[in-house]
Order: sequence, then C-alpha cells, then structure tokens
Amino acid sequence: MTKIDEIAKGILAGDRRSIARAITLIENNTVEAPKVIASIYPSTGKAHIIGLTGPGGSGKSTLIEKIVREYRRKGKTVGVVAVDPTSPFTGGAFLGDRIRMQELSTDEGVFIRSMATRNYPGGIARATKDAVKILDAAGKDIILVETVGAGQSEVEIIKVAQTIVVIHAPGLGDEIQAIKAGLMEIADIFVVNKADRENADKAVMDIQAIMQLNNKEKAWKTPILKTVALTGEGVPQLIEKLEEHRRFKEKEIKRRKSLLTAEAELIEAIKEKAANSIIDELKKERKFEELLHKILEKEIDPTSAAERLLHGKFKKALSDAET
Amino acid sequence: MQATRKIRVLIAKPGLDSHDRGAKVVARALRDAGMEVIYTGLRQTPEQIVETALQEDVDVIGLSILSGAHRALFPRIMELLKQKGLTDVMVFAGGIIPEEDISELKKLGIKEIFGPGTPTETIIQYVLENVPIRT
Repeated sequence: MTKIDEIAKGILAGDRRSIARAITLIENNTVEAPKVIASIYPSTGKAHIIGLTGPGGSGKSTLIEKIVREYRRKGKTVGVVAVDPTSPFTGGAFLGDRIRMQELSTDEGVFIRSMATRNYPGGIARATKDAVKILDAAGKDIILVETVGAGQSEVEIIKVAQTIVVIHAPGLGDEIQAIKAGLMEIADIFVVNKADRENADKAVMDIQAIMQLNNKEKAWKTPILKTVALTGEGVPQLIEKLEEHRRFKEKEIKRRKSLLTAEAELIEAIKEKAANSIIDELKKERKFEELLHKILEKEIDPTSAAERLLHGKFKKALSDAET
Repeated sequence: MQATRKIRVLIAKPGLDSHDRGAKVVARALRDAGMEVIYTGLRQTPEQIVETALQEDVDVIGLSILSGAHRALFPRIMELLKQKGLTDVMVFAGGIIPEEDISELKKLGIKEIFGPGTPTETIIQYVLENVPIRT
C-alpha cells in the first residue's frame, strides 16, 4: 500500500495520526495532498460545518469549548480547526486557541487542529476547506472552524461553513460598525457573549437594528442570541439554533447551491493549475529575469512585461498540456 | 507552486507550576524565527501533551517546568510518545532542572536542556539545526 493509500485508509477509519499527517500534507502543499483529498472526497458531505468568527476578546474560544462539550453531551463527535494569522514579517505564528480547549484534548471524540494562515497558493480558505474535508471523511459529526476576524481573508475562510456564527461582546471598545464588512450579511446566527455585562442588551439592540434591514429579504431570519461562555449560559439554546439552521439548509434548494459551489471550486482549481504551470514555465526563461530588472529600472511596467512574456505563449501552453 | 514547510513546535507546561513567563518568551522567540508555535497553557498532564503533539503533528516539543516534578513527569511523557508512535519528534526542556538530573533526562531521549538565562537565540539555532526532517 502506498503512503497515500495508508493515510486515506487511516482517515476513513478515524485514526488520529492519519488525520494529523494528512492535514500536515495539506499545509505543506505537497504533491500527495491533492491525491489524499481525491481519495477521501467521496466520503465527505456528512458533517455539519460551523464557522465561528468575531473580534479578539469576545470570548470566542471559551464559547467554542462550551459548544464542543454540549455536542459531546449529545453524543456527537467534533472536529475543531482554529485558524490564526501568520506574521507577514517573520513567517511565524503563535497558535494559542487550544489553551481554552485543552481539557478536551484527551477526549477521543474531539480532534483539534491549529492552522496558521501562512501564504498558501490558493489562499488559506482552500487549505482550511481541505482540512475540513479530512475531518468530515474521518467521521466527525460537527466541524467547527474558528477564525479571528482580523482581515478580509477570514470572510473567505468562514464561507467554508454551512452555518456562520458571528460572536461579539459588549464593551470591546469597537462598536457594531466595526464588525468586518461582509460578515453582517453572511451571519446566520449572531451571538452576544459576556451577556452578563451591562451593555449587553444595547449590543443586541444595535445588531437588531442593522439585521432588520438585512433580514427583510431572507428566508432565514438571523437570530441574535445571548450567552455567557464562562458559565455556559445560553449554550444549549445556541446548539438548538445551530441544529435548526442545519435543517433549514438541508431543506433549501441545496442541490442547486451545491452544484454552483462545486462549479466555483472547479473553476478555482482550473485557474490555479493553469496559472501555476504557466508561471512556473515563464520563470525558467531568461527573459523573466531581464524583465524584472527592467521593471526595477522603471523601463517597463509590470502589465506590459507580463504581456511580453505571454505573447504567443498561451497557445503553446495549451498544446503542451495536451501532449 | 512549491510546497511551504514550517517547523511546528509545541510548547507545553506539564505539572502544576504556574510560571509561564519563560515558556511564553521562548514561544514568541520561536515564532519570530518563523516557526509555528502551539502553546498548551498551564497545568498539562502528560496525556494531554502527547495527544496535542499528535493532533498538531508537531516536529518539536519544548517542555517547561519549574516545580521540580520533571523526574516524575518526563519519563511518562517520553513513554507515551513512544506508545503513540511519535518517536520522530524532537523533545527539549527548560525551566528549573538541576545539573545532576540532566544526563538522566537525556537518556530518556530529551535532546537538550536549556536552563534559566539561556539566550533565546541559542534555542532557536538549536531547533533549526536539529529539527528532524519528517516525511
């Protein structure tokens, strides 16, 4: 059995080592990675994928720990992917989301993986999607994807989820307006955590005011829930809402949406492969280096340089791919 | 596009001591050297540490302990690592560990001990030079 077969078999059997190694292959963008995904893809599609995002200080990790416990109480298995930013200066990352969840690490029904945003070709969203696929194929009933909400990329990450939960807390210094543009529109459930604080009701009302406009057209009216993650208050109700949303989604014209998603994924994959192979080829030419220097000397602009490199190449690239 | 590979390090605090300043300093230094550092937080059991190392598929584990319980906890950790098949992970330790215990710990498989005052640069260099190439 090849290494890929071994790992794929392990994933389908729920073997934790195989899951972990497979995610590493994805992270390192190795040649085996797409093969492993191809192997396990037919076994995906069973899990409920929930994205959770919100500003730092909202109590997200504490809340997630409580959510996992509640699902475990109900007999479900859970995978958690916690995404944290890679420093653009050092390339390193401090992955501390596990700290609040460490008691769960020895629970056999829970698998937690910390991922850094790195500089993935295809973006972190693609790598996260693949990690989620692995956990899905491994049989996890629920998969939670946690991101910080610090940049535009996590709006992309969070779209891997079927249910998107946005978490906020009163008195964080920033008002509701600070919630990343795009998150308000895609939130399926809003949670105001630390609801035992003074401004909790005001926070709920502020969000309600904005959601009123959004909710008008929608079939699913985004509810606003209150929780106190430290005590677990409000968490069972949150789980109920998550289940409700899942049933809602299943009833929807899901097949049509899935086809659209599959098409979008396929097109992205084509774009990436085509661009990557063309770029790899072009980089081998001397002209590439020469044009780089010309750009630095301001003798030519990047777009014109690209045109020069590509001139007459595209037909060649296509016919090369066919042989 | 080429593969990106990062060194993943687990910084763990086994046992009951609550002094994590050193662990955090090392964690940040390794991060600034371009590594991905997973920090467990305080009061970890050997089982929690090894399970975390497995799930996070780390290349290196750094154990920080100041309570003197290293002689009780480290053997258990090394045994569990072997049991779970994580023999290709490099383990180093730091904190308050007396000189006379060092050779015993190295016999267990702990590659190096970095005492108080060790420059972070030393630790960084050591990891970069000794991290196992895992396939």
